[in-house]
Amino acid sequence: MWNWFHKLSAPKSFFELSGKLLPWFGLLAMLTLAVGAVWGLAFAPPDYQQGNSARIMYVHVPASILAQSSYMMMASAALVFLVWRIKLADIALQCAAPIGASITLLALVTGAIWGKPTWGTWWVWDARLTSTLILFFLFVGVIALRSAMDNRDSAGRATAVLALVGVVNLPIIKYSVDWWFTLHQSSSFSLTAKPTMPAEMWIPLLIMVVGFYLFFFVAWMLRIRAEILHREIRTQWVRERVLSS
Amino acid sequence: MKFGKMKPQRRNRLMIAGLLVVSVGTAVSLALKALNENINLYYSPAQIVQGEAPRNTLIRAGGMVVANSVNRSTTDLQVSFVVSDMGASEVMINYVGILPDLFREGQGVIARGVLNDQNVFIAEEVLAKHDETYMPPEILQTLAESKAKAEKNGTSL
Repeated sequence: MWNWFHKLSAPKSFFELSGKLLPWFGLLAMLTLAVGAVWGLAFAPPDYQQGNSARIMYVHVPASILAQSSYMMMASAALVFLVWRIKLADIALQCAAPIGASITLLALVTGAIWGKPTWGTWWVWDARLTSTLILFFLFVGVIALRSAMDNRDSAGRATAVLALVGVVNLPIIKYSVDWWFTLHQSSSFSLTAKPTMPAEMWIPLLIMVVGFYLFFFVAWMLRIRAEILHREIRTQWVRERVLSS
Repeated sequence: MKFGKMKPQRRNRLMIAGLLVVSVGTAVSLALKALNENINLYYSPAQIVQGEAPRNTLIRAGGMVVANSVNRSTTDLQVSFVVSDMGASEVMINYVGILPDLFREGQGVIARGVLNDQNVFIAEEVLAKHDETYMPPEILQTLAESKAKAEKNGTSL
């Protein structure tokens, strides 16, 4: 088991395995996103108070969940890189940041678009919205810090420390609506209680969440593969691969 | 791969990383604890009634709109309503302007404005606070119908 991990963490074997898995993940992502979007936007019932504007949750909720999860994945890669100095973890960290930043921005923008008709404002500085904005800045900070340093090793270590420390923000985002008075509502889902919406709403929502995760993995793999090729450009296997294709 | 069997160098790095996260976490939670009052977006009716909210300065007040408390002026956009926190505390809010679509009796609102000396909140902006419940309109209808049926059966008995 451990050896298998070790072997996989070699850029070459990761490149080969991800190449085999990628088409399947891509297909699944497209399928779930298409089914979830059509179901959520066209067939799921509107909300009794918000009407059709509630449908933005089929994008906003998955984006917000994924924004936090992608940060967690990026921070895990940072920990692995800091402790075990595995090259692939550094690549994974670097490649997750731009996707995470885009997803967080999507969550913020869709939230604002929903907030205007529902709350009556695009933005308030409440704890949930502010901490999510900080999450966006953390992603942007990781990208900026990486590109600000020329030396790849020290850049890798510095960004890994920043990404790791930023984990502190995640519980704040999650519990902000419980710890403080906020305009943002508390979560409709929890592991212990029944969801506060009917199944014809949460099933398409769940499909969208799965679709967003799959999309993230596909985008992440694509970036990681490109970065592996870029870094290993002088090695024999990359040359053989490029020549043979 | 046991923790004790890890190479000392890696174990040290893991411990430093853990220490880093724990110490930053402690620092941030202490800072948030100190800022606690400022992070709350609004004052609850209970806080206002107990005099915890500052007077004559711009603050936010939030609560549930009490049923049958909304008074609209017939000549202008003046509206007044009472918010409560499901308890004994109630605060009167005066507002001139257009209320958000989701403003209903029994729903949460957050108003920005000034608390005057008569304990009346003069709002310049009212936001609707949506709760976490979502349901299709038909369910509300069936709920109302079954409630009406139950009431009817109750009177006929």
